[in-house]
Amino acid sequence: MTQTDQIAVQMTDICKSFNHVMANDHISLDIRRGEVLALLGENGSGKTTLVNMLSGIYFPDSGEIRVNGRLVTIRSPRDAFALGIGMVHQHFKLVDVFTAAENIVLGLPGGMRIDRRALAKEIQEIAARYGFDIQPNKKIYDMSVSEKQTVEIVKVLYRGADVLILDEPTAVLTPQETRKLFAVLRRMKADGKAVVIITHKLNEVLEVSDRVHILRKGKYIATVNTRETTAQELTEKMVGRAVSLAIERPEPGERKLRLAVTGLSCLNRDGLPAIDDIDLELYSGEILGVAGIAGSGQKELCEALAGLYPLKKGSIRYYPADGGAGEELAGMPPTEILRRGIVMSFVPEDRLGMGLVAAMDMTDNVMLRSYYRGNGPFVDRKTPRALARQLIDQLEIVTPGVDTPVRLLSGGNVQKVLLGREIASSPQVLIVAYPVRGLDINSSYTVYDLLNQEKQRGVAVLFIGEDLDVLLELCDRILVLCGGRVSGVVDARHTTKEEIGLMMTMHQGKETAAAAQDEPGFVEPTFPHEEASQAKTAAATQNGEEGRA
Amino acid sequence: MTEKRAEPQTRHAAMEQKQPLVRIVRRPVMPLGQAWAIRGIAFLAALLAGALLIGLLGHNPFLVYADMVVGALGTRTSLIETVKLTLPLLAAALSVALSFRMRFWNIGAEGQILAGGIAASYFALFCYDMMPGWLLLIIMFLAAAVAGALWGALPAVFKAKWNTNETLFTLMLNYVALGLVKYLEAGPWKKPGGYPKIDMFEDVARLPKLFGVHIGWLITIALVILVAVYLRRSKHGYEAAVVGESPDTARYAGMNVGRVLVRTMLFAGAIAGIAGFMQVSGADYTLHEGTAGGVGFTAITVAWLAQLNPWGMVVVAAFLALLDKGANRIHTTFGVPATASDVLTGLILFFMLGCEFFINYRLVFRKGAKGRG
Repeated sequence: MTQTDQIAVQMTDICKSFNHVMANDHISLDIRRGEVLALLGENGSGKTTLVNMLSGIYFPDSGEIRVNGRLVTIRSPRDAFALGIGMVHQHFKLVDVFTAAENIVLGLPGGMRIDRRALAKEIQEIAARYGFDIQPNKKIYDMSVSEKQTVEIVKVLYRGADVLILDEPTAVLTPQETRKLFAVLRRMKADGKAVVIITHKLNEVLEVSDRVHILRKGKYIATVNTRETTAQELTEKMVGRAVSLAIERPEPGERKLRLAVTGLSCLNRDGLPAIDDIDLELYSGEILGVAGIAGSGQKELCEALAGLYPLKKGSIRYYPADGGAGEELAGMPPTEILRRGIVMSFVPEDRLGMGLVAAMDMTDNVMLRSYYRGNGPFVDRKTPRALARQLIDQLEIVTPGVDTPVRLLSGGNVQKVLLGREIASSPQVLIVAYPVRGLDINSSYTVYDLLNQEKQRGVAVLFIGEDLDVLLELCDRILVLCGGRVSGVVDARHTTKEEIGLMMTMHQGKETAAAAQDEPGFVEPTFPHEEASQAKTAAATQNGEEGRA
Repeated sequence: MTEKRAEPQTRHAAMEQKQPLVRIVRRPVMPLGQAWAIRGIAFLAALLAGALLIGLLGHNPFLVYADMVVGALGTRTSLIETVKLTLPLLAAALSVALSFRMRFWNIGAEGQILAGGIAASYFALFCYDMMPGWLLLIIMFLAAAVAGALWGALPAVFKAKWNTNETLFTLMLNYVALGLVKYLEAGPWKKPGGYPKIDMFEDVARLPKLFGVHIGWLITIALVILVAVYLRRSKHGYEAAVVGESPDTARYAGMNVGRVLVRTMLFAGAIAGIAGFMQVSGADYTLHEGTAGGVGFTAITVAWLAQLNPWGMVVVAAFLALLDKGANRIHTTFGVPATASDVLTGLILFFMLGCEFFINYRLVFRKGAKGRG
């Protein structure tokens, strides 16, 4: 095969602008068969815009696209499919009440009837070829995020795509699911498909890709062979300057017991235990990390501590800095906790859906947790406005002004607004859930710095994380959750990723997990310490997260 | 940022090497002045389309339009009539705006108006001789507010407790209220004599007039100011807005979502109830099936056209009342059916809502020279 034969898609000199901002500024790109190409760049660098012109969502302002050497015009997703280009979007486009199979054939030409049996067989064939786990007759609303993603990928393959584009496919996956996905991608590559993944996670780029195409601020920077590069080089190219990848970990401040949790249990919506008999101690001046597979009870734990989730039983005792006797917080609504002068700040995982009001401006968002203060029926907008201005200066938030709705800000700036607000309330306890998810490198490090500052101020920080490397570098101690239970607490300075990884799946019987894989028929929402495979756990516990996914 | 294609799908098998003819591109946030200019143009375009229609009916559109304005505002009597049409519409719009701010799809203003009307009428019919007129009116006012509030809060309570659908619930309650009025007309409150009708109120139960219009206009102006301040400056208004945008965020901020729902609907219902009071005591001097007369539904149009801005609602309500009144006039002078005003209202709505598209998006046409044909 010659070089040109390998090229499936060639984009030349593509420009695309939105509102006078050049999202893509003369970008060229070639996608080759039998290769995984990583499109790397920070948020807002134009990665998604570029591939959206391949998938027919956007139309380029100028430039040429050739598919198999032929000049083409892609005007709609339908055109893209006709050319064998399929895209799996970051936000899935599935009909919740349909089954996997129905979603896969949705919109395809054909008669009135669907031959479900033949269809299921075809789907199974594709699944077997690439190593997917898929149940054609399962409804989407019963699926975990990872299963939904599988449906999206199979949908694209079923329609005969030779070029697969995946936009941030691992953002919603656990490390295990990510590994599975990568195995599938490698098989596709071996099958001669061209695969493009969009990401800003360096370790994934290094693990799965063959070539890396780097964009920065809408401009093409470089293409490098993965084998010949390092994380450091990629970062520098992506950010545009040398960046230290090490996370600081200052020594803990004065350690005093701040929060003692015993026997905390909550039920999920189906009445099954979401967190089960959790004990934990949180000290001032430390960052306690929480590791675990997604949906192991992290969300419920945070919300329960913040007084937002109904408890089944258990106690949450708060010990004030002046060494008082301690107060029982269990069962108290957040307003009552605040009334007692205890400031427990919480940065939820769903920033725009829970921590902030997307359609409101910064002023109105900054006052969200303090608006009721002061006498009288009217809100004071002066103080929050001043605070918003101050946050913009201090945290270098990029925004047209305090009156701009926060949904128009980039992900990193949204997080700065949220974290800034929570920290500005001078908390004694700070709970942060996945604070760097979806953030670019610079913003991530700003977040780490802020958390370290709080720690040194003597705040007790609870950090729910997903990236074990980050947890190991940033935290003082790490609590590992598995299926809603605590499998142990380790000293982050003297532990390994492998140890934590083992604890993350500790309560799962190995033999049941193996057995369950042989019969991929029916999935019941059970809990891991009962009988369930990892996949089942994910399915059961991530139900509550579907809306966000 | 989204971008859609306006051009219909052509057969993709025959992929012509052509750019799409028209593309729809999202605009940056448009300056306020420009946005209002577009709305102004849309309004003129609606009048133009209306003129075309009137022309087709064989009349001179300019004369017809002029006659509408004269008919609605020309004389003192007609002006008073137009104001009297405006008041219930405006009050009801203020009511639904409160619930819409909370994304509570309340289409039950009609029923809440009737509930208020029934409560006020009870005191007007049976207690008019027990107390001085001023006290009677105050009691009627309060009774109407309470009845409207309860009628409005009922679906909110159900929504808060059992997550029922408020749209269906409020809609159904309209018919319950209407049925109640019919029952009272035909039965217990029936005026002696043939037709099922409720007797006219005694003079003491009628709202006094100021400048020729019943003093409901003072009440309505007070309501406009109250609602404007409530929505924009009060803690309650802020809570309602947060609940509307994101119930999860509201919960996170420590708000009791159910309580906010019920409280806001109590206020919304009370305002609609007061509108009912003004209708029975100020305009009709009795309670009948037509007391609400669709005002509760038109109010939804008013609230949205004004984008939930109380001051904007004053303008929109007055304008719709003018159309309504003007339509009666052209019916008599030109023989144009009065329903023509509905068509005109429809046209204006169509153009006003349609122009929002051009405020948010712009069209990009294929560049002829660069077209890769």
